Amino acid sequence: MITKRIIPCLDVRDGTVVKGVNFQGLRDVASPVELGKYYSDHGADELVFYDITASAEGRKLFSDILREVASTIFIPLTVGGGIGSVDDFDRVLKCGADKVSVNSGAIRNPGIVREAALRYGSQCVVLSVDVKRVNGQFRVFAKGGREDTGLDALDWIVRGVENGAGELVINSMDTDGVKGGFDLELLRAVCERVEVPVIASGGAGSMDDFVTLFREIPEVDAGLAASIFHFGEVEIADLKDYLANAGIPMRRIL
Amino acid sequence: MIAIVDYGVGNLFSLESSFHAIGAQACVTRDADVLEKADRIVLPGVGAFADAVDKLRATGLDRTILQETSKGKPMLGICLGMQMLFDVSYEFGVYEGLGLIPGEIRPIGEVIPKGLKIPQIGWNSLIFPNGVHPLFSGIHEGDYVYFVHSYQAVCSPEFKIALTEYGAPLTAAVAKDNVMGCQFHPEKSGQVGLAILRAFCEKEDFSC
Repeated sequence: MITKRIIPCLDVRDGTVVKGVNFQGLRDVASPVELGKYYSDHGADELVFYDITASAEGRKLFSDILREVASTIFIPLTVGGGIGSVDDFDRVLKCGADKVSVNSGAIRNPGIVREAALRYGSQCVVLSVDVKRVNGQFRVFAKGGREDTGLDALDWIVRGVENGAGELVINSMDTDGVKGGFDLELLRAVCERVEVPVIASGGAGSMDDFVTLFREIPEVDAGLAASIFHFGEVEIADLKDYLANAGIPMRRIL
Repeated sequence: MIAIVDYGVGNLFSLESSFHAIGAQACVTRDADVLEKADRIVLPGVGAFADAVDKLRATGLDRTILQETSKGKPMLGICLGMQMLFDVSYEFGVYEGLGLIPGEIRPIGEVIPKGLKIPQIGWNSLIFPNGVHPLFSGIHEGDYVYFVHSYQAVCSPEFKIALTEYGAPLTAAVAKDNVMGCQFHPEKSGQVGLAILRAFCEKEDFSC
């Protein structure tokens, strides 16, 4: 039976892992390679690396790190951050990424999803969307959540899938960093509209939040989180045992 | 030496790295001489069947592969590389494969119940319908491997060395003598995947 996936997310800036609370007040955590290896050894089903550097040196450093990660960790790797063109897809795929996550880049250039899907296949293209409620509407935010695009999130997501996005990361800015649980209302609305795999992000604060996520919305394929894993509040191996005991299909490492 | 066939499809960095991680010598090559000298061949592949098989034929390496496997050289096809081992694929048309294993590549949507997502993306467990094939001597039935696929091999049960359950039993791995293939990605399947690659590198006899 196919399992639900648990995915730690590593935001990387200037060679180190950081995690913001509501996207602000970033602080340094650890080496991306060491942390990635630790997660992989403890049962992470996949790793997501977001490059949040802006400088050219930072980007070069990120590519070096990615290559090192891909030559030592043998689980699927998704890379995002600063993806604005098909050349950017090419750059990170050559460093060993399996999937590329595009967010603001698709808002600036909506053609990128289709272009990348045609060239590399839909399985390679992950559409990541930062969503926040504005006047009762799910709205797409750009630039790491700093800019309201005015776009309706559900319409945007459906369009992305039609253009060839093979997977979705749905990040709720309303629940991100709050640790009060995933945004079930948003995720349910997304799952009603699309049939591609959905990765829930934003709000995980406890092991029970993951149980609730997979029980309440069986269509969700994966749960993504950062800070609860980085700060050791929840160990991935414990989380997977806990979920398996709650009847959620999990891959376990013996 | 393991030769990983490079015919311009997909990124072979992780695959090459995974062999290095288990201490095997491996190289990515589009040189027929290297395939001839290699002890074993790996045929990778992602994307669409027609495009991949065209690109492989354009390199002429399809003939080298047929020649070397006919001498008994072990070969492992991975994902689309496994699908290319068969006679024919029905992905977006009808396309001829290498014909090393009798059978066809057909959409999983024909056999799985409605409501399950296509492609199957994620970790699923292996079932061994005909006992433990030498390729799986380092792992256990029930171990999890990573799949990304919308099509599967439809062939005689004797060639199926592993299945996986996704609403219906799907073909997870195949073998005919020295020619083997995995629908899943061993290079992305953690320690279980590395153990499969290790068996492929080390075993001398792949008959069941």
